[in-house]
Amino acid sequence: MTRQFRTPMKIANGLGSARAGAHHFMVQRITAVALIALGLWIVWIALEMLHMDYAAARALIAKPWNAVLMIAFLIASFWHAQLGLQVVIEDYVHAKGLELASQIAIKFACFLGAAASVLAVIRIALGT
Amino acid sequence: MAAARPLSPHLSVYRWQIQMVTSIVHRATGIALSVGLLLVAWALIALASGPDAFADVAAFGRSWIGTILLIGWTWSLAFHFLNGIRHLWQDLGIGYAIGTFVRAGWIVMIGSFVLTALVWACVLTRGGAA
Repeated sequence: MTRQFRTPMKIANGLGSARAGAHHFMVQRITAVALIALGLWIVWIALEMLHMDYAAARALIAKPWNAVLMIAFLIASFWHAQLGLQVVIEDYVHAKGLELASQIAIKFACFLGAAASVLAVIRIALGT
Repeated sequence: MAAARPLSPHLSVYRWQIQMVTSIVHRATGIALSVGLLLVAWALIALASGPDAFADVAAFGRSWIGTILLIGWTWSLAFHFLNGIRHLWQDLGIGYAIGTFVRAGWIVMIGSFVLTALVWACVLTRGGAA
């Protein structure tokens, strides 16, 4: 029996589920709470835009509050999507190489989707 | 020999129950909504680009395949929304009595169709120029 000088925390850090602790769980829930409100809002926006022509639809998104909430919706939803898809891949894709490749692909796709659509909202808001 | 033994989680011996359905459908709708997010991104990029690009999005939305997808995404959002609230509620440690759990699952399932019908009633009564 060797004497154990390292604390249990020191041994657990970086191993198994202790790699990131509850961070994934917490962010998934916090984005979910945000999306309760933002999800209702996006449905309202979509219904508003139904009977609008291009100029009116653009003016609606260009309103500062709508632009801010749209950017919040995009960040929360792409982040939430990345977290959820990550778990689906962890559960069903068991080939190491394929799992790593698809995890990276999902992260890149979600980040690019968020960046591109946020830039679109900024262009709409600034009228460029 | 190992292959001959039944493997956990013995899916074939379970009869379908609402707890399994809500869990599986939550995943499926989550994946569907991730794809739907790309449509939101496409619509916003088109709105920033100009009237022609936006007209393409509107035409897709009015096409029959687009309409079917939009109805599917509406239901996916309604289900994921309601079931997500149920999950957040349960994360607080509430609603684990079997009767409550089953009832909450059915409320989510039926509620998702009610919400979808409400949204599409709004769509049909409002009509649309875009």
